[in-house]
Order: sequence, then structure tokens, then C-alpha cells
Amino acid sequence: MSGATADPRLAAARAVPKKRMRLSWSDPALRGIVWQVVIVALVVLGIWWLVSNTRHNLEVRRIATGFGFLWREAGLPIGEHLIDYSPTDTYFRALLVGVLNTLRVAIVGIVLATILGTLIGVARLSKNWLLAKLSAVYVEVLRDLPLLLQLLFWYAMLQGLPGPRQALHPAEGVYLSNRGLKLPGLVWEPAHGWALAAFLIGLVATYFYRRSALAKQMADGRPRPVWPAALGFLVVLPVAVWAALGAPWTVDWPALRGFNIQGGLTLSPEYFALLLGLVLYTAAFIAEIVRSGIMAVQLGQWEAAQALGLRPGQVLRRIVLPQALRVIIPPMTSQYLNLTKNSSLAVAIGYQDIVSIANTTLNQTGQAIEGVAIIMGVYLTISLSISLFMNWYNKRIALVER
Amino acid sequence: MSDTIEAGHGVASAARKDAPPAIILDKVNKWYGTMHVLRDVSLEIAQGERVVVCGPSGSGKSTTIRCINRLETHQEGRIVVDGIELSDDLRSLDAIRREVGMVFQSFNLFPHLTILENCTLAPIWVRKMPKAEAEALAMDYLRRVKIPEQAGKYPGQLSGGQQQRVAIARALCMKPKIMLFDEPTSALDPEMIKEVLDTMVGLAETGMTMICVTHEMGFARQVADRVVFMDRGEVVEQGPPDSLFENPRTERLKTFLSQILRGH
Repeated sequence: MSGATADPRLAAARAVPKKRMRLSWSDPALRGIVWQVVIVALVVLGIWWLVSNTRHNLEVRRIATGFGFLWREAGLPIGEHLIDYSPTDTYFRALLVGVLNTLRVAIVGIVLATILGTLIGVARLSKNWLLAKLSAVYVEVLRDLPLLLQLLFWYAMLQGLPGPRQALHPAEGVYLSNRGLKLPGLVWEPAHGWALAAFLIGLVATYFYRRSALAKQMADGRPRPVWPAALGFLVVLPVAVWAALGAPWTVDWPALRGFNIQGGLTLSPEYFALLLGLVLYTAAFIAEIVRSGIMAVQLGQWEAAQALGLRPGQVLRRIVLPQALRVIIPPMTSQYLNLTKNSSLAVAIGYQDIVSIANTTLNQTGQAIEGVAIIMGVYLTISLSISLFMNWYNKRIALVER
Repeated sequence: MSDTIEAGHGVASAARKDAPPAIILDKVNKWYGTMHVLRDVSLEIAQGERVVVCGPSGSGKSTTIRCINRLETHQEGRIVVDGIELSDDLRSLDAIRREVGMVFQSFNLFPHLTILENCTLAPIWVRKMPKAEAEALAMDYLRRVKIPEQAGKYPGQLSGGQQQRVAIARALCMKPKIMLFDEPTSALDPEMIKEVLDTMVGLAETGMTMICVTHEMGFARQVADRVVFMDRGEVVEQGPPDSLFENPRTERLKTFLSQILRGH
């Protein structure tokens, strides 16, 4: 096979004949090129038309373009904000509050929908007839009704709750009224921050401990339990740090003062309804994805692993999950993106997410193009981040096939 | 009749009748709903004995051997494997599955693991063996089934016959005392059946206790100490392969033999 030994005539005979382009419509290569040129031309034409049309209209209406308005005072009240905000702040800060509000509902929603969806998906495969049928009914009802309708339903339900004075009071410090859910809150002090930092360090330490325990098992075969170390790193260490700093513990109890319940943590009815609606709706889809993923792993895989003496937990961890996840991850990514984008329906029930705030900004300033561009930019950034992460994860667990 | 293996020299019997039996099935009964799939199945298999189980489809032969490592549960009767009685006790189940290897009709290799990882998985996680030792063991068995060069590949990259040989090596890596084969060649193309049967003959020569559900009569003649014929959930007839095939006593076995003769 080496080139040095080859007789030049033989080498020439073996060379792949060069493909020549024929100038004929029956040549697939030529057809391909023509179609690509046509499509690119159409796209460029379309963009040119959109831009020139917009510029013309802006000129006629004498609207100045640019993002200078972002630094003007917003004068727009926002009920829920994770960072300090008052109406005298800039539009930029208002929009930032909106982005954080969107992220707050999207991230919590994705985590909860994944947990609930997985439980329902597994329950639908259960041998328990009632459990399986209940899960099936859940999935069919929740995914067949429009999300907007469900959001309005949950919001109306929460509005139907009694007022603060007659609030439902199931446990000490917990109040449920039409003003939302009130929970006791911890007064945050530096010691808590340090404890949290210790927890995060413990998380990293646990990861490395687990890696080294596994490496040692591979060396001598003896399995080493990880949980005692995990308990130490994740519970004992943060608690010790917190105790060393004086163990501050002040609880902010909500209580009825005047016409409203004051203090504590608040989940507004808007946030609560939006979260509830998104989680319940998306969980129905995730349940089906999880079910299909588990069903995609043949029964023979369970049997072969069990016949080798693996315990059910080991079968799940080492055989079934790696194969199921590879089926589950791609559609799961789509559901995460759907949940994030569906959070823009917040507008309908008055939760101030990025769409709601950008919309108000757009109305007050008249900067429609910039406002819409900001909304698009925010969703594109969030969505691409989710996609990138999920694609990276998917690649990690991808299966080598023939 | 399928004579993939020439009925030449037989493999000398390794059955040890003096030792306690490897497997005892005593009046085993099983139902799927109202369907009675095993009816008073009683079998005693000696250590080192090689038994071929045959019968028409739906006769309960696969169910019988799947009961031995409790992939299926029986509802009546006793099953004792290697001195341990099968029960709902998880410890006895663990102990039995460590001693009993199984090879399936559809190979059931783990597609997300390499050939080597397929073989080392159970030794590492069940036998608690160091990885290097498990890999050396796996390579040893892969050499015996004549595919050590495939160790780094994934199951999807192998032919059916190669996959089934890996499945045999994977089961052997647990150093089982008993091997169960559930129609190991039924899913294979004809030209691949021989390589798998040759591997099984080689295994028989080592004196392994084997129970094999198969229709390969050439294999039965060469290797089996005893052939068990099952029909409709019952053991109908059993005996040494030659006498059973030449002089069937029951009408049901005669019909079965004539059918598989016609089929080939």
C-alpha cells in the first residue's frame, strides 16, 4: 500500500477519476448549485426589502433610532424584583429586573417540571393499575388544553382565595390568600453566606472524593461508600461554619398588620399561577418523553444485567439510564426551550417578565424596534445557552453505533 | 435435520453422579394468568452434566430455564440451585445469580459499553474485582471465544455470531458453575451458527454444567448427556440423545421429530 513501491503507471490506473461537471439540468451537482444560488438571492432580497422599508417608515414618522433611551428614568412600577428597584431607576435596570423575573420562573419551572414529569412518566409505566391510569389521564388532560387557558384558570383560582384577613392558615407562619403565598423567611446575615460558600466547596470536595473512591475501587476492587464523606462535606461542614460565626437565626414571621400580611417571603399570585401552569403543562410532555425513553430500553437489557447478578439499582444506574437518557435528552431540550419561551404568556396574568416590561418600555418610549430586538435578544441568549448545555451533555452520553 | 456440527466424536461426559446435584426442580408449576405453562416439571441435573432441552414453541422449555435463575418466578414446587433453594430472599437470589450464567437468544449485549466493558461490568460491580484483574480475565475469555481483537469495539459493530460469542464470554467472566443457554443460535444466520456451537462444544469440554434449549440436534448428539423433550409445559420424555432420537416412545416426540426433520 505504501507509495514508494508503486509503479507510476499502476498508481495512475488506481487514481480516482476526476468528476467533470456537465452543463446539463440532469446533473445533480449543477442543480444543487443553482438552487443554492436562488435561495441565497431570495434571502438577501427579503432582508434588503425589510431594512429599506423600515428605514423609510421611520423617516416618515420621524422616529429616532438607538438605545439611548435605556439610560432614561423608567418611571414604571414593578411589583416583584430580585434586585433593588424603584420607578426612578433607568429603563435598563427595569429590563434587567424583567430578565431576572423570566429566569426566576424558567429555572425553577424547568427543575420542578423535570422532577414532576419524571415521576409521572415512571408512574404511567407502573404495574399499579390506578397509578398508571391516573398518570395517563393527567398527561392527556394537561397536554390537550392550551397553556394560556390553564394559566388563566390557575390565576382565577388563586384570585378566588379569601382576602388577607381570612387567609388560609394551615401552619404557623404560612398564609395563603388572594395576595399570594406568605412563608416565614430567614433574615440573611453574612454567616449564612459563608455557610452557603462552605456548602459549595463541600459539593466540589464530594465530587473529587467520589472520583478518588472510584479510582481506588478500580485498583483493588473494594467499594468505598461515598455517603459518609458527602454527609460531612455537605451538612457538617456548612453547619460548623455557621455555628462558628455565632449561629445567627432570626426568622421573619409573616403576620397580619392592618389590611395585609406583612413580613416573610412572598410568592405573588401571578408568579405562583405562572409557575404552576408552566410546570403542570410541561410535566405532561416530559412524562411522555421519560416514558418513551425507558420503553426504548429493551426488557432483555434488564434480564441480561440481572442474570449477571447486578442489583436493580445497579441495573438502573449502569444499564438502563445511560440508554434511556440518550433517547430522552434531545426532546427534553425542546421542552426546556418551550417552557422558557412559554413564560412570556406571563403578560396575560400580569406577571412582570421581560416581555411585559419591554412592552411597557416600548409603549412609553415609542422605541418599538429596539424593544422587540431586546426581547428577541434575551430569549435567543437564554435558549442558545440551554441548547449549548444540553447538546454538550447529549454528546457526552452519545452511543457509538455501527 | 440440522447437522451443523458433524456427529463425529462425542464429548466425554463429565457428569458426577456421586456429588450432590447441581440443580433440582421438584414438581414446579407456573401459571401466566390462567394459562398453566409449567406442569409438575421435575428434573435433577448432576454437576458437570450437559442437558439439552427441546420441544415445540410454547412448550415451556425457555420458561423452565428462566425459572432456574429466577428471571421468572414459579408458583408451586421447589427449585434448588447449587444447594440454595430459590425464594423471595434477595440474598439467596444474589448468590444464585452469581453462580449461574445465562446466554440469550437475542444476545442482549449492553450497546453503550465496549466489548471489554460488557465483560468486566459484573466482575467489577458484583464480584468486586480490581479493574485490571477483571480486564485480564475478560481478555482471557475473549481469546477463548476467539475475538480478543474486538475488545475495544461496541456491540453494534460486531456480527451476530461475534456478539453471541461475546455474550458467552461475558457470562463466563463471572466464573459461573452452571451455564444456561436459551436458544443461543436461533437468531443467527446459518453461517454463524457453527462458530457459536463450536464455542459451546469447547465449553462442554471443560466440564461445565450446561443446560441448553436448542433445536440443534447435531450439537445434542455430540455434547449432551441427556435430552429432555418438553411439550405443553410437561417433561414428556428424556434420555441419552441417540436412543431418544432413534427410538421415540411417545407419539408427541415422534410428531416433533418428524416436524423438525421436515423443517430442515
